[in-house]
Formats: sequence, C-alpha cells, structure tokens
Amino acid sequence: MQDDRQPILSVRNLKTSFFTDEGIVRAVDGASFEVHLGQTLGIVGESGCGKSVTALSILGIVPRPGRIVEGEILLRRETGNGQSQEVALTSLGDSSSEMRSIRGAEIALVFQEPMTSLSPVHTIGNQIIGAARLHRKLTKQEASELAVELLSLVGIPRAEGAIDAYPFQLSGGLRQRALIALALSCDPRLLIADEPTTALDVTTQAQILDLLRSLQEQNGMAIMLITHDMGVIAEMADQVVVMYLGRVVEEGPVDTVFGESKHPYTQSLLRSIPSIHSTPKVQLPTITGTIPHPYNRPAGCPFHPRCPDVMPGVCDHHEPELQSVGDEHLVSCFLYHPVPETSS
Amino acid sequence: MLAYAARRLVLAIFTLWTVTVLSFIIIQLPPGDFVDAYMAQLSATQSNVSEQHFESLRRQYALDRPMYVQYLKWMSGVFSGDFGTSMMWRKSVLDVIGDRLAMTMVLSLGAIILTWAIALPIGIYSAVRQYSIGDYVFTFIGFIGLGVPSFLLALVLMYLGFTLFDSDIGGLFSPEYQLEPWSWGKVKDLLYHLPLPAIIIGLSGTAELIRVMRANLLDELRKPYVITARAAGMSERSLVLKYPVRVALNPFASTVGYLLPYILSGSVIVSVVLGLPTLGPLLLGSLVAQDMFLAGTIVMMLGALTVIGTFLSDLLLMWIDPRIRFEMVQ
Repeated sequence: MQDDRQPILSVRNLKTSFFTDEGIVRAVDGASFEVHLGQTLGIVGESGCGKSVTALSILGIVPRPGRIVEGEILLRRETGNGQSQEVALTSLGDSSSEMRSIRGAEIALVFQEPMTSLSPVHTIGNQIIGAARLHRKLTKQEASELAVELLSLVGIPRAEGAIDAYPFQLSGGLRQRALIALALSCDPRLLIADEPTTALDVTTQAQILDLLRSLQEQNGMAIMLITHDMGVIAEMADQVVVMYLGRVVEEGPVDTVFGESKHPYTQSLLRSIPSIHSTPKVQLPTITGTIPHPYNRPAGCPFHPRCPDVMPGVCDHHEPELQSVGDEHLVSCFLYHPVPETSS
Repeated sequence: MLAYAARRLVLAIFTLWTVTVLSFIIIQLPPGDFVDAYMAQLSATQSNVSEQHFESLRRQYALDRPMYVQYLKWMSGVFSGDFGTSMMWRKSVLDVIGDRLAMTMVLSLGAIILTWAIALPIGIYSAVRQYSIGDYVFTFIGFIGLGVPSFLLALVLMYLGFTLFDSDIGGLFSPEYQLEPWSWGKVKDLLYHLPLPAIIIGLSGTAELIRVMRANLLDELRKPYVITARAAGMSERSLVLKYPVRVALNPFASTVGYLLPYILSGSVIVSVVLGLPTLGPLLLGSLVAQDMFLAGTIVMMLGALTVIGTFLSDLLLMWIDPRIRFEMVQ
C-alpha cells in the first residue's frame, strides 16, 4: 500500500481568502505539502493559523465569503487495475457531481466538535446509513449491517443498539467514535481529522488516537491530523507541517522537526510544552505577543513581530520562502537561507 | 407515558375550570348587567317597555342572584350539555353558535396552512441565500406585511373587488348558498370563497413566520453537523432539507397549540369587516351586550381548543424531537 514517491494528495501554494466587508482575510496564504498513503501528516499551529480552512479547502467546502484564490490541490484517484490518475480538485466545481463523489468517498472529514457534529434529531444509524448510501450501492438492510459493523469497528459497545441511539445519548468519546465510523462509511483513502481530540478528556484522547492508528494499520489510509497539540503530533504523525498565519513555516519528518527544529516559531512552540523534567514552579516559556489581527498582517515574514531572532531590516522587509535545509526538511526563515536581493 | 397523559388530563380540566371562572368574572366586571344594556338600547329607540318586563327578565336569567349562584347554575347546565340561553338572541347558545365554530376552525386552519405553505419555503430560501437579492425582496415584502394592519388590507381588497371586478369578496358563501343546508355545492362555494379571507388573516403571521424560519435556519446552518454532512458528499439541497431544516422546524411544533385562538382573536376586526360567519364578531357583540352566557361559552370553547391544541403540539413535539421524547419518558 505504501508508495512514498506518489503522494495521494498534494497541495501546492494553496491560498484561500475570505472576502468580508471589513477587508480580505488571507486564511491560507501559500500552503504546500503532501500526504502519502499509510502515513499521517500532522498539521500544527496556533488557533487561527489556517489549519481548519486548509481542510475545508481540500474538501471544496470553504464557506462563503471565502474561496480558494490560488494554488492547486491534486488528488490521486485509483482508476482500477492498479493504475491511478491525478485529479485537480481545485479545477472541479465545489458542487459538481465529481467533487461530491470525492467528498466522503475518497476524502472524509472528522470534525472538531463531537458534541455538535452530528444532527441532534437523527439516530447515529440513520446518519451513517445516509452517508454510506450516497456513494455505495447498498440496500437499506446492507447499509444498516455496515453501520453496525463500523460502529463495532470503532469500539462502540453493543453496536446493534447504538445505531438506534441519538447523539445526545452518547458520551463525548463515543460520539467521536461514531463520527469516525461515519467518516469511514465509504472506505476513504484520506481521512482528515480536524482537532479530533480537543474536546475530549485526556484518557479518551489517547483512546481515540489509538483507534485512528489501528484503523490506519488495517486499511492503509492516509491521515491528515490537524491539531494545536504538539504532544498529539509527536505521538501520531510521520510528517509534520507547522503553520503560522496561513503559511507553512517548517515541514519535515516528525523526528527531524522535533529533534532539530529550525524555525524560531517551531522552537518556541516546543519550548512551551510542559515537561516532566522542567524545574517546578518556574513559569513556562511563552511566545510573546499575540497572533496579529488577520486584516493587519505584518509585512515580510509574518512571524517577525514575535520572533526572538528577528533581524531588523531583513525579516520585516522580505518574505521568506520554504526552502530545504536538509533531508526532506524545509524551513521558511532567513536564518537559514540568503536574503533575496531583487525584492522590494 | 400513560401517567404523563393522565397528569395532562387533570391539568387540562383544571385549566378549563379556571378559564370559565375567570371569563365569567371578567365579563361581569363592567357596571350593570345585560338588562341595563338592553334598557339603554330600548330607550334609545324610544320603545315603551314596562319596568315589570325588565324585572321578569332579571329573574329569568337569575341576574338578581349573587354571581356564584349564576355561575353554578350555568355550570350545572353545561355538564348536561345545556350552555344556557343567549339573552341577546333569545335563543339557546348552541343554536346561536351553530355552524360558526366549524366555520372558524375551517377558516383558521386554512389561514394556518396557507401561512406555513408560503412562509416556510420563503424562510428557507432567505436563509440559504442570505443577503441575496431574493432575500432582500422577501424581507421588504415581509416587513410591509407585518406593518399593514390586516383589516386595512381587507378594506382595500374589498374596494378593489367592488370597483374593478364588481364582486363582493366578503363572506364565506355566495348569497344563493347563504341560508341553504349543507350540500356539495355549498362546500365548493366555501372552498371558492375561503382563500382570500385566509390570506388576509394569515398575512401578518406569514411575514412573522418568514423571519422566524430564516433566523432559526441561519442558526442551524452554522452548526458543525452541516459541515459533517457536506463533507460526506451530500448535495447541498438534500443536506439542507434533511438536517438543518428538520431541526429548525422543531420550534414550530410547539406553537401549533395556540395558533387557533391566536388567529381567532387577531382576526375579529377582519371578520367584522369582511362579514365572515365566524366566532369573532359573535364574541365581540356578546361582550358589548354583556351577554355573559354566550360570551362565556365562546371563551370556554376557545379555552378547550387551546388546551387540546397544546396537548397535541406536545405530542407532536415528542414525536419529532427525540431529545424531548427521552426526557418525557424518564
């Protein structure tokens, strides 16, 4: 199943903006990364850095007044007999039937709030059956058997009874499992999990992450895991993308990014994790300042106002680009590559 | 479930009893009684009636006895199906009301159905296409509908009907069917006359409902479960109808119960203007004349309809909203 050279999804220079009355918000501003089958890509960053909008962009469901303004999203679809073909999702209409045949079937989403991500007035079974029958030719009976199978696969006890349960009758952890079952109903090859464990308590978090990992081992799907939690990334991801204000600032294999982090932002994020070895009663290092207002992006490198290693005259004038600093390790920072002479 | 129904029944009977007591007291609050009003009316027309006649009238209706005696006399009649005599019409109350209760129900149901049939799709459209030209147009029309008193609209339409089409749009029947007994022809005639009064009566409700539906649905459209359904690849139309619209409709089930009395009291003036044979004008007249048995009976019937309607709407709500259903069972 694993095929390192041919990613199932490649996102190239994706830019998604929201055109509001107050101005243009560049939620995603030139993000590029690849996702491979059987692997987990972790996308990490503070709230508001464009992680969720990236996910919505891939699915083609960015809510108005937002839209993708630039860039390419390429999905590798199997055409049978072992062949595959790349489809540019960005050139399909958001509501075209081809895009809809991809949503849910090839790429599935597990959204961040298990409490409200399922309809309160429909049973779990009804919602899974509805999703399954959208993309698969199944009778109601077959679909309901599939639903029971999926619910027991994701570890919901007494799955036969659970399909008749309403979301409010389940605990947060069980609801998140039900959501995962819903996402798996059409056997997707890419699962986008947007903060899947944020609303859950720590024990349940660990269980859900274990579940995702074992599901990946079973069916070899790719997982794109969006989170602000470096711990979750360390535990789950093979590749890491660190985003700041809609841009990728650092990218690479998880060990490299954690072990030899280059970008000052990544370094600050890692420093701000409480450690069991740290001296007690000493304040955790924090990143100074706050995320700039989206209408008021800083010129040059977006991180320069908060950066401990800022180089005045460079970082606030020139925009760094994502460049290689080692084996599969990319960083966008002038500490590691020369300042372009031709730019303004 | 059975215990729940029984509890509701007891409460319903208690509510009805309270309604009758209160309405009986309130109707008699103005100074004087029916005979005083009747006397004033007669002296205005200079008729010569003896003092004795008034006294015998008072005795006949027990107006000279204390109020609780009058109430008990009336209630004991009600239990045996006799709702008393209308002093104004000199007929039994049930004869006076006659078809009017049924006509009121038909008209109100017509108005409700029209309101829902017009308002819900427009509300859905306005929410899904928020801030589109269509949304603005419907919003504009909606606010005009809210702002124009319906009796004024009735007057304007009647005037236009007279001058442009030379037809009387008042009433619920053509003159030839007015006094006829029920027949297929009369039913057809009723159906032909029904829509216009129903639209006029339902107008402000329609405008209001559009706004409510739009607001409800806008709230629901922002919920994550919509994104879940969208990400599952559902088409926009079917997902909107299956999930958010379904949730946004729930609050309406709870209003079904009091729609009927709400429409009736809101449509009294329209009914007078259009000359509709409904309970509204009758209730107005009986209150003016202090005809307490007629007024009391009408208010009691409305109370009964409200209580029954509320019960039905609770059942409906339990049926469509699982959250409420499970709460009730526990």
